[in-house]
Amino acid sequence: MDHNSSHRLKRRGLKVLHLVGLFLAMLVICLPGLWIVLSSLRPTVEIMAKPPVWIPRDISLDAYRAMFGGAGQGGIPVWEYFRNSLIISITSTIIALIIGMAGGYAFARFKFKGKSGVFLGFMLTRAVPGIALSLPLFMIFARVGVIDTHFAMILIYVALNVPFTIWLIDGFFRQVPKDLAEAAQIDGCTRWQAFWQVEFPLAGPGIASAGIFAFLTSWNEYALASQITRSVNSKTLPVGLLDYTSEFTIDWRGMCALAVVMIIPALTLTFIIQKHLVSGLTFGAVKG
Amino acid sequence: MKLPKLSAPTLLLLPAIIVLAAVIVLPLLFSLYSSFTPFRLTKPESIWVFIGFRNYVSVLTNYEFWTAFGRTVVLLTIALNAEMFLGLGLAMLVNKATRGQRILRTLMMFPMMFSPVLVGFQFKFLFNDNIGFVNNALQSLGVTTSAIPWLIDGNLALFSIIVAEVWSSTSVFAILILAGLLAMPQEPVEAARVDGCTPWQTFRYVTWPYLMPFAFIAMTIRSLDVARAYDIVKIMTDGGPAKRTELLWTLVGRTAYSDARMGLANAMAYIAILLSILFTVYFFRKLAAARQQIGAEW
Repeated sequence: MDHNSSHRLKRRGLKVLHLVGLFLAMLVICLPGLWIVLSSLRPTVEIMAKPPVWIPRDISLDAYRAMFGGAGQGGIPVWEYFRNSLIISITSTIIALIIGMAGGYAFARFKFKGKSGVFLGFMLTRAVPGIALSLPLFMIFARVGVIDTHFAMILIYVALNVPFTIWLIDGFFRQVPKDLAEAAQIDGCTRWQAFWQVEFPLAGPGIASAGIFAFLTSWNEYALASQITRSVNSKTLPVGLLDYTSEFTIDWRGMCALAVVMIIPALTLTFIIQKHLVSGLTFGAVKG
Repeated sequence: MKLPKLSAPTLLLLPAIIVLAAVIVLPLLFSLYSSFTPFRLTKPESIWVFIGFRNYVSVLTNYEFWTAFGRTVVLLTIALNAEMFLGLGLAMLVNKATRGQRILRTLMMFPMMFSPVLVGFQFKFLFNDNIGFVNNALQSLGVTTSAIPWLIDGNLALFSIIVAEVWSSTSVFAILILAGLLAMPQEPVEAARVDGCTPWQTFRYVTWPYLMPFAFIAMTIRSLDVARAYDIVKIMTDGGPAKRTELLWTLVGRTAYSDARMGLANAMAYIAILLSILFTVYFFRKLAAARQQIGAEW
């Protein structure tokens, strides 16, 4: 009896401990983001207040209004940055997906010499630190005269995204059984038709999530963009974020608002792909 | 003229190879060349002067470079280990939860969506000595009366950067390890329990070996973009105060763009690239080995 009750107590204790741990972990994960959102809604006086104001008294969307209201407060051309980011990210994602699909299909369906070597080689190009890559690219692009253009950024992001896109798409094509395409070919499809009508639709969701992943990489990239872009012609949002810092002061509220604008598309897209992303990355590990 | 006939996989891989060669391999070869010249952006003709290994010698004998190098290695070691352990813990916590797993998993992915620049900015804000959340909270709770100079003191700044880095990347580990936990068959665990293993032994000898490949995938993915710590550091401290948080990558950026000494910077960059590549190859090897081991056991 005594033994039983102590055991029960211990189990209940462990359960409470587990819940507390979970709660704390989630708090640490979510709090920074929530704090940014909250700060973007508060007037600067309240952010700066000493002693701190914990319960917001004055919530408004002024920061967003100022930001999108053209060259008003601070005069940061958020619309242009937003447009640049969208154009560059979307175009580079589409191109990377096309190239990645060809490459991923080759890795998933064909046997050829030096396959794992080529795969590793692709991955290694991704491992080159952005800042190190930016030096020669800067020199070459400056010479060719494409610095500060969309073209330059798109080209870079395509190259940046191709290796990882291939990795993901390779995994997704492997999940589609080979027999299906073969059956379709026996039924009179060409290989090309079999690909588009059987394999592509089945791997579709996976390919879409690889695309979203590529989009996010381009959307968030900073090290290269900060060197290759110069003006409103091609500056992207991550680079634009720095416009809010000047030598001695930082417009915290404006920065917070821009941060929220940046995070919302990323947030939405990641929620959509989360399931596929994990299965694409782990596939190779489970099935070899 | 007739083109030589290419096999299907070569043809399919060709676009990828062309893009990667044009945008990454060729520029890298060019930068390899320029690392043997005293090239400065302000003096374009200096690209044609060949000085042999002088840049490398001056980099390798440079005290500043070695401190940055050592700091980078220390930072990565601490951050990656912390991420691994915290990710494992987080995955186990979420896996144990009986209700609301879906929403927990979604919350867990939250930091992954933040661009490194945002992470840097966010922690710069939180750790601000005057108006930051951390100091405000500590002062309101009465832990300390004076403001702690998180980003102004060298050691604390490094600590803050590690916190930011860990916050942003733990979820990569957590998610992949959780995927492993979810895919894991329950029989071996039960068998171990029946055979009288303690929970620790069950974890150590049954669960952990199973999770290894997943941890290595996470490590491999992380090793592909360790350099994004550059973004975080750039925003949070920009290598300051007094170069106490200078990493390899911020040093390269400063030498190249502020000092305009491209040749020297390229020599440094090459050392950084080699470091990244070694790192990646190492984890790919580990990944392949872990994969084979699992395959053999099944």
